[in-house]
Amino acid sequence: MGRDGAQPAPLRTHRMDVVRYWGEAVALVAADHPEHARRAAQAVRVEYEVLKPLSDPEEALSDDAPRLHPDGNITRRIKIRRGDQDPHADVVVKGEYEVGMQDQAPLGPESGLAIPDGEGGVDLYIATQWLHVDRDQLAECLGLPPEKVRLTMAGIGGAFGAREDLSMQAHACMLALRCGRPVKMAYSRSESFVGHVHRHPARMRYEHGATRDGKLMYVRARILLDGGAYASSSTAVISNACCFAVGPYECANAAIDGWVVYTNNPPCGAMRGFGSVQNCYAHEAQMDKLAEALGMDPVDVRIRNALETGSSLITGQVIDGPVPVAELLRRVKAMPQPAAAASAHLDLTQMPGGVSNTTHGEAVRRGVGYAVGFKNVGYSEGFNDYSTARVKLSVAGGRPRVEVHTAGAEVGQGLVTVQAQIAGTELGVHDVAVLNADTQVGSSGSSSASRQTYITGGAVKAACEAVRERVLALAVSELSGLGRADSDADESGWRLEHDAIVAADGSTVITLATLLGEEVIEETREFRPRRTARLDAETGQANAHMQFAFAAHRAVVDVDTELGLVKVVELATAQDVGKAINPQAVEGQLEGGAAQGLGLAVMEEIQVKDGVIRNPSFTDYLLPTTLDMPPVRMDILELGDPNAPYGLKGVGEPPTISSGPAIVSAIRSASGRPVNRVPVRPHDLLGV
Amino acid sequence: MKAAHPDALPIAGGTDVMVEINFDRSRPDSVIDLASVAELDDWGPEDGYLRIGAGVTYTRIISELGDRLPGLAMASRTVGSPQIRNRGTVGGNLGSASPAGDAHPPLLASKAVVELASSAGIRRIPARDFYVGPKKNAMRKDELIAAFLIEPSNGPQQFSKVGTRNAMVIAVCSFALTLDAKRKRVGTGIGSAAPTPVTAGEAEAFMQGVLDEGGLWEKRGEIDPSALVRFGDLVAAAARPIDDVRGTAAYRRHALAVLARRTFAWAWDEYRRKSVA
Ligand SMILES: Cc1cc2nc3c(=O)[nH]c(=O)nc-3n(C[C@H](O)[C@H](O)[C@H](O)COP(=O)(O)OP(=O)(O)OC[C@H]3O[C@@H](n4cnc5c(N)ncnc54)[C@H](O)[C@@H]3O)c2cc1C
Repeated sequence: MGRDGAQPAPLRTHRMDVVRYWGEAVALVAADHPEHARRAAQAVRVEYEVLKPLSDPEEALSDDAPRLHPDGNITRRIKIRRGDQDPHADVVVKGEYEVGMQDQAPLGPESGLAIPDGEGGVDLYIATQWLHVDRDQLAECLGLPPEKVRLTMAGIGGAFGAREDLSMQAHACMLALRCGRPVKMAYSRSESFVGHVHRHPARMRYEHGATRDGKLMYVRARILLDGGAYASSSTAVISNACCFAVGPYECANAAIDGWVVYTNNPPCGAMRGFGSVQNCYAHEAQMDKLAEALGMDPVDVRIRNALETGSSLITGQVIDGPVPVAELLRRVKAMPQPAAAASAHLDLTQMPGGVSNTTHGEAVRRGVGYAVGFKNVGYSEGFNDYSTARVKLSVAGGRPRVEVHTAGAEVGQGLVTVQAQIAGTELGVHDVAVLNADTQVGSSGSSSASRQTYITGGAVKAACEAVRERVLALAVSELSGLGRADSDADESGWRLEHDAIVAADGSTVITLATLLGEEVIEETREFRPRRTARLDAETGQANAHMQFAFAAHRAVVDVDTELGLVKVVELATAQDVGKAINPQAVEGQLEGGAAQGLGLAVMEEIQVKDGVIRNPSFTDYLLPTTLDMPPVRMDILELGDPNAPYGLKGVGEPPTISSGPAIVSAIRSASGRPVNRVPVRPHDLLGV
Repeated sequence: MKAAHPDALPIAGGTDVMVEINFDRSRPDSVIDLASVAELDDWGPEDGYLRIGAGVTYTRIISELGDRLPGLAMASRTVGSPQIRNRGTVGGNLGSASPAGDAHPPLLASKAVVELASSAGIRRIPARDFYVGPKKNAMRKDELIAAFLIEPSNGPQQFSKVGTRNAMVIAVCSFALTLDAKRKRVGTGIGSAAPTPVTAGEAEAFMQGVLDEGGLWEKRGEIDPSALVRFGDLVAAAARPIDDVRGTAAYRRHALAVLARRTFAWAWDEYRRKSVA
């Protein structure tokens, strides 16, 4: 707020009683130049009474831990009880597993532009995953009615869950309203690492019991997630972690206990895979252990227990539609394997350690691993899931033109393209414009839970159908007015194609340009998938989810067993996408998702010590490079879900779930070491 | 100019300087742009050495000097990405004197000499005396790094670096080896495993002993695997590593022993296969 140079106007004394994590906002400074703002921020003095941070989630559960929030430290407790609680099993395997804190690391840091409208309201240009929920939260923070807060989607920059929570939105708006001037705010890279939520670190204890011939008799699991200082979406993440704790397997008897707790660590929330990533490391390691204990092939044990259509989940939900778990496993297993590293000609790029020249083949062992995973598509547990689309058909420059308007957030996944494809297909119009997303139209829900093609795609389809109905009705009345309707016979066969109404025999009935003239046809529709219900507090039983998506991976890795370095040689995947609306975008999701899974498996970790992030930069938060990410062999199945628009399934998250566990399984097989923690660090593979 | 503005920060490729400025860790009031100092970009022979200007980039070291300085070229290939290698210079690596700088181990292993220039004249300091502390070097405020002098290879050289991804990575630890067949000497350099880049003197002496006693230089004979193990252990013992975000001290020691064994085996294998140049 400094107007002339580095002298900041005194801020309203900002009194906060508690700061719960390193990175919590305590004061806001704006200036006419970033340099002035930086200096002014340095002049802010904060008095802290520093307490010992509560950084161990296990400790947070204990009775003598300090209470970080008035209601205590347990953000949510989940209990799932199914079947016999004291079942017999011939073979029992146990394991403890740990998952580190991954970051979404979107390339675009949090940023936005807030412009006061001079009448007490504000316009915010922002990259987010859900415009409307941002608006509602902002209105509450700013003490304004929602209509005085208008949001417009600005830029993409990646998201992966990091943009589900507010970051700088309220701060930019507060400053803009206070100064009466537009305020731009952008995080630096290191601020970005601190300023958004991360993937929950997990500690998991599992016990599997099976019959001698490999049938799963029971699973007991205890899952503890570190939610950090604030709740974010923790309550839903722990729900997923528990609902899918067993993996895509039939298991008649289960006892799952989950907690997500508050600590003074950085807050954790949504990230691609949303609770199903952590548990997949555990249940898939357990299936490998079971296979070993039984002397069975690891893929066979999985197939033996695979969910199928009509199976019940541990939450009692009977699962309908295609459930190709066994099929996906068979397919990844049958795919050809990459050749062993050629020894004749040394190619460092193919070696563990890569171009850094650490091995010429010494101590390199190959391993192959398999994993399969699943998760829910869309919102669960009774959360009101819907999306709104407005579709307008008019004639511009002598040609029909469709405008699609939704608030669906394009975060790089291709939603804009998919909306245009759907409208173009449904209305047979070439010229389709997808308007920029904003809050001038109803909510689309978030770009998360692999749901937008399904839900917002469904809304666009519904709005297009409504427009089409009106167009056809108009045609019938116009043409019958001209006395032509019966000569062109059966109007029930009419469809919209190539900017015209076309009869069943393919002949043009009338062009849309001629039919519409000045007329504008606009329809708005909401689309709602089937409803879900909240988990029972004592038993965790409920029809909590509306759709499930499955993927399987096979990983081939080379491990330098003396240095603990890993080269993932190949990833192969099979995934049922229901219907590939945009095949290239689907491939992009399968590859990108697998890369993110690989990252968590072998390198990506936010390292936290006493609540402080030690590596908030791309120098030390390592993302896979092109030499780390192998080619992905893909087998994309389109089995068609009868409940979904076009039969499609959510696509974005499954690739991130089982890719990492397959890699870790392959690392285990190559190195012969247990490896029960990700990301796998070189020293974990050596025991030094 | 440096004498007149001792606090001005020299900038060569800027691949360290700009990062420091962006992270707000350094706020120089003035900078001296070395890009226009053409002499820094030259290299040529001098008394059996190569004198290489501080401004020669990694890309040029690889393409123009790769045959004569294989160890330094190997290290250069592991630096960052093509963009960084196109801008970054060995002079800048020396200026920053980070213990993780990849040019240092090969400079140490090849007993290179750093040339510092000021209005008072020129002085030349062996690389092993140049690194005086974590990110601290022996350069005075009124000096600039003009060049470094290094002997063209008299035998096989190797460089090997451990990082937790397969490209574009800061060293967890690194090791350089120079076999000087003319003088029958072994040179070593260790990176990222002590407060400064260091040599492993005992390891060098041990291996020289093994090679001399066995007459192995002349016979081009095989090295006993136990000697390689000992060499690795001595290299590891020369390090003074710490635990940090990139790795643990124990792992660094372990990895250095492996790198030392492997690089020596590769270099000796090459020596045995090739006739003397
Ligand atoms: C993405 C990225 C990846 C990197 N990867 C690696 C890597 O893998 N390995 C590695 O070793 N480094 C790496 N670096 C660091 C950097 O590229 C190297 O240290 C490089 O050698 C610096 O050279 P420069 O010419 O860019 O130096 P500059 O940034 O210009 O200067 C660096 C320092 O040296 C001083 N200086 C420069 N020239 C002189 C001179 N002639 N006389 C006196 N002082 C001088 C400067 O004042 C400054 O203090 C990386 C950097 C980035 C940004």
